[in-house]
Amino acid sequence: MYTTLTLTDYITKVRRKEINPSDVVQELQSDIDKKNPALAIYLAQNPDASAQSSERADLPLAGAPIAVKDNFLTVGMKTTASSNVLSNFLPPYESTVTARLQVAGGVILGKTNMDAFAHGSSTETSDFGATKNPRNPAHLPGGSSGGSAAAVAADLCIAAIGSETAGSIRQPSAWCGTVGLKPTYGRVSRYGVVAMGSSLDSPGPIGKTVEDCAVLLSAIAGHDPYDATTSTQPIPDFVRAVGAGVAGKRIGIVYIDHPHLVGTPAAAAVEAAGKLFEKLGGHVSLVGLSQDGAPGTVLSPDLAIAVYTVVQRSEVSSNLARYDGIRYGNDRTHFGTEARRRLMLGTYTLSKGYAEQYYKKAQQVRTLYRKNFATLFESFDLLISPSSPGYAQKLGATADNPMFGELEDMLMEPSSISGLTGINVPMMRDTESNLYLGLNIVGNMWQEEAVLAAAGAFETETSYNPWKKTV
Amino acid sequence: MSSIDPQLVQHIASLANISLLPGQDVVFAQGFTKTLDVVEKMNAIDTHDVEETNQVTELENIFRDDVCTPDRMFTQSAALANGPRTHNGYFVVNGILEES
Repeated sequence: MYTTLTLTDYITKVRRKEINPSDVVQELQSDIDKKNPALAIYLAQNPDASAQSSERADLPLAGAPIAVKDNFLTVGMKTTASSNVLSNFLPPYESTVTARLQVAGGVILGKTNMDAFAHGSSTETSDFGATKNPRNPAHLPGGSSGGSAAAVAADLCIAAIGSETAGSIRQPSAWCGTVGLKPTYGRVSRYGVVAMGSSLDSPGPIGKTVEDCAVLLSAIAGHDPYDATTSTQPIPDFVRAVGAGVAGKRIGIVYIDHPHLVGTPAAAAVEAAGKLFEKLGGHVSLVGLSQDGAPGTVLSPDLAIAVYTVVQRSEVSSNLARYDGIRYGNDRTHFGTEARRRLMLGTYTLSKGYAEQYYKKAQQVRTLYRKNFATLFESFDLLISPSSPGYAQKLGATADNPMFGELEDMLMEPSSISGLTGINVPMMRDTESNLYLGLNIVGNMWQEEAVLAAAGAFETETSYNPWKKTV
Repeated sequence: MSSIDPQLVQHIASLANISLLPGQDVVFAQGFTKTLDVVEKMNAIDTHDVEETNQVTELENIFRDDVCTPDRMFTQSAALANGPRTHNGYFVVNGILEES
């Protein structure tokens, strides 16, 4: 009865006293008991969720039960990053995101499964078992925020929190048919998030609608003195932006001429999205791909794969050095295969004799991407592409494929390494498999409003979102 | 095209303080070679006078006042709470010094 509510509708109904927060929580908990064993979405649940939701009914988020990716430190609840290294870790401090969420009246319903240490795009590398895609359980949910996206898709929460380093919010949102927003790097605090790629990690919302994501973003965004990389940029009215429309917006379609995408359903769906934005008053044109980022072209994502691979693994080798099994956690023999692989490759790419060839080169190519986007955003307000080249792949697809994640996230790596903001909205559903394709809408740094406006317009004008406003 | 052999993998593992399961040196060597094939595509693009991007925020020198913030300080027991081996308020580590 209540589990399919969007966050916005939930808040409205609680304020009107039409529903009790604790009734919603209890119904969700009952559904989790039934569905979680098969879907493997939640690693842990909050036993006090029902009581907390009643206590917070008068706050802005009205006690809304939120699923939180298990790389956010939560006092009183184990935080494992889906790794055996942290299997018994009880955080002594709270992440800024979950602290702000709760101060705003949100309730942590439970911690969701992820790729271990966020190293992946499938949730299959979790040390605690793979999450299944609720749209079609023979398929992957994507990752690394696969548990959070699946929790939303399965209506096992009202909304969720994830994090993105290169696609980890947008790609599982695409594969699970949910909305997922990657904020600008520095928009949301990383304090208390298990560090992976420190120059890339961006916490953000995954929700049933664009407005839900805007509501959550408003609760968690903003400068944090505990995270020196957060910005003092003012927080605009994200929720109001959702209804602003695309009239007059210059929109570039990118990447659909890439060899992997030509002739695919994803490319066709993005072209259709472009036509819709034209109809709504946007000025839409195709931006051709190039291998050198010449003016008027978009730099091919092929090189972003290389950049991200090196930068991410290098930063991982440094960030995972802290797991010595002395002060907390189990020792380094408990790392899973993927963590070992990435950590070691990163050690190599930073090592004497190789750092120039790999790490320095990657950071230089990263600059080329930033410059290419800077030029593009002189002529365009937004860029659109598919989020993922295709539908969610089957369980087991990641086996023996060390580059699975990077290839899957190819279309999002350019915007992630450049610190930009982007959103995924559902743009196609295959009626036979029940799987989704997602539209990736990217804006320049600090342009979440424009991104939310375009996403909101697309959602309103199409029927791919199963949860559209009911109140 | 760089090729990684199992011996190099063993060396990297010791640098990274990672233990390898039997056979992982061979498996990882193959995987790293594949990965570096993809990575080396970067060499196709000229970057001879391009600055590195180390971070995208363009912020510099973010400091705070040098004062204690008690609300962010762990008590000794909180700091020790997740330690697998503790003794009288200390973390226990393996000895590295030999008795002479």
